[in-house]
Amino acid sequence: MTVFNIILLAFLVVCAVSVSFSKNLLNSILIFMSYSLIMSIIWILLESPDLAITEAAVGAGVTSILFFVTLKKIHAISQEQEEEDGHEPYQKSK
Amino acid sequence: MEIGTHLLANYAEVVAVALFGIGFTNLLLQKNMIKKIIGLNIMDTAVYLFLAEKGYIEGHIAPIVVNGNVSPDTYINPVPSGLVLTGIVVSVSVTALMLSLTIRLYRRYHTLDLDEITMRLKKEGL
Amino acid sequence: MSRIRNQSEYEKTFAYRFFRWMGGEKDAFVGNMEMRPQKEYVEEEATIEERMRDRQQALEEVYDSVHNKELRFFNALYKCFSIVFCIAIVALLIITVSYLPSVGREDKPTNNVVSDTYISDGLKDTGAVNIVTGMILSYRAFDTFGETNVLFIATCCVMIMLMVDEDKIRENEESNDRIFEPKNDVILKVVAGLLVPIVFLFGIYIILNGHLSPGGGFSGGAMIGAGMILYVAAFGFDRMGKFFNEKVYKCVKVTALICYGCIVTYYFLTGANGLPCLIPLGRPGAILSGGITLPINIFVGSEVACTMYAFYALFRRGGL
Repeated sequence: MTVFNIILLAFLVVCAVSVSFSKNLLNSILIFMSYSLIMSIIWILLESPDLAITEAAVGAGVTSILFFVTLKKIHAISQEQEEEDGHEPYQKSK
Repeated sequence: MEIGTHLLANYAEVVAVALFGIGFTNLLLQKNMIKKIIGLNIMDTAVYLFLAEKGYIEGHIAPIVVNGNVSPDTYINPVPSGLVLTGIVVSVSVTALMLSLTIRLYRRYHTLDLDEITMRLKKEGL
Repeated sequence: MSRIRNQSEYEKTFAYRFFRWMGGEKDAFVGNMEMRPQKEYVEEEATIEERMRDRQQALEEVYDSVHNKELRFFNALYKCFSIVFCIAIVALLIITVSYLPSVGREDKPTNNVVSDTYISDGLKDTGAVNIVTGMILSYRAFDTFGETNVLFIATCCVMIMLMVDEDKIRENEESNDRIFEPKNDVILKVVAGLLVPIVFLFGIYIILNGHLSPGGGFSGGAMIGAGMILYVAAFGFDRMGKFFNEKVYKCVKVTALICYGCIVTYYFLTGANGLPCLIPLGRPGAILSGGITLPINIFVGSEVACTMYAFYALFRRGGL
């Protein structure tokens, strides 16, 4: 169990570092979602099942969905403007 | 500077502190606003990990009464668990609020870069 | 009776000479100076425009982040200082962690008489088999009250920032961001049709069994909220509006908060004055047990579900 614990904690640190260094916004939000899921498994190893259920539903669920919808709103606005000007649509935001 | 002796036994708390540092660095140094919000969320979960580690006792089981056994030797400490439960829900509320602020700022200034927004605010005289 | 003197008589009095001397028109070297009222200064349009242009140019030069040397130096200094600050904080905290008692030991100062009392008296006082749920709803009810407040205030603030009128939503139908995704997606509809009943059922189970097994109001509420988000993403806001629109939302939220407040007030008043609480504790392990934990779990669960769905709907559409 200790080895499993150490592997999960190392995975957490790797996820957190790669969120800061990734260039694409969509990728960083997906990595954040998996960070939340691994956190939920660590709560189970620490014998707190209430926290595990709440973190899985809230962290990997609702928070990530809110991030995606925000991204959609920002893309959508820039997409509409570009459609009006007649340029090509869809460029990824930095 | 001396270091205490429990550094290797507390490896999970060291990881929690390292995650806190990573989240804080993200919050201060990233230019994109969405990454700053992700950094704040990482800081939050690192603090919850630290709190839950304080409540864990080796060999004891989760705080749900089995077979009518209510002696304190069988269960882990339930107090940090309750605190973290409150914290997780507050964290999602704060994230929702910050994301709505980001949407409004984007509609006004059409950029996600905080430095540029500050420059424009100063030029407008606000 | 007083009458107003005319100017020539006034000039001969002492008061006139005194005030003129105080006003400063009599100079010691030059003698009497002449005082005439000044013409009002009207700024021309050109000078006003020139002043504005100069100000704008000065601001642009100062805040020009590419060419201004001091600004670039400040930015670099900010980056270095923040890195040094973060490393200092992390190092300080790691040194502190190394002095803390080991994780997992039993004789730590955090495992004191408070947690022992909660564990040994928890079942007797609250009737809930799940010690954590019983604790946060009776011993630590103020924390839960604060958390419900935070949820409510966050929903209000997001509504202030993102809500638009009902007519504007209908009129901006073409700028709604759903036009960029395929409508009537078969896979999504079939999968959502299979999953949403299961998610709702599981969420209701977790809320109702909050005092018997892990879970409680917050977890179950978040799960029901996520189920509602899946339904609305697959089938559209029109179909959702048939059974959950703004009126239902207001009704559910206000009822939940008022009933929660009433039950907790009753519990506090009877407890603080030594009166017996009339809500029965029941047999531990049955579903209708736990005193106030079962009703409060239901109210808190419904409020959290409404909040999660409201966040999604306000972000997506600007209205419920």
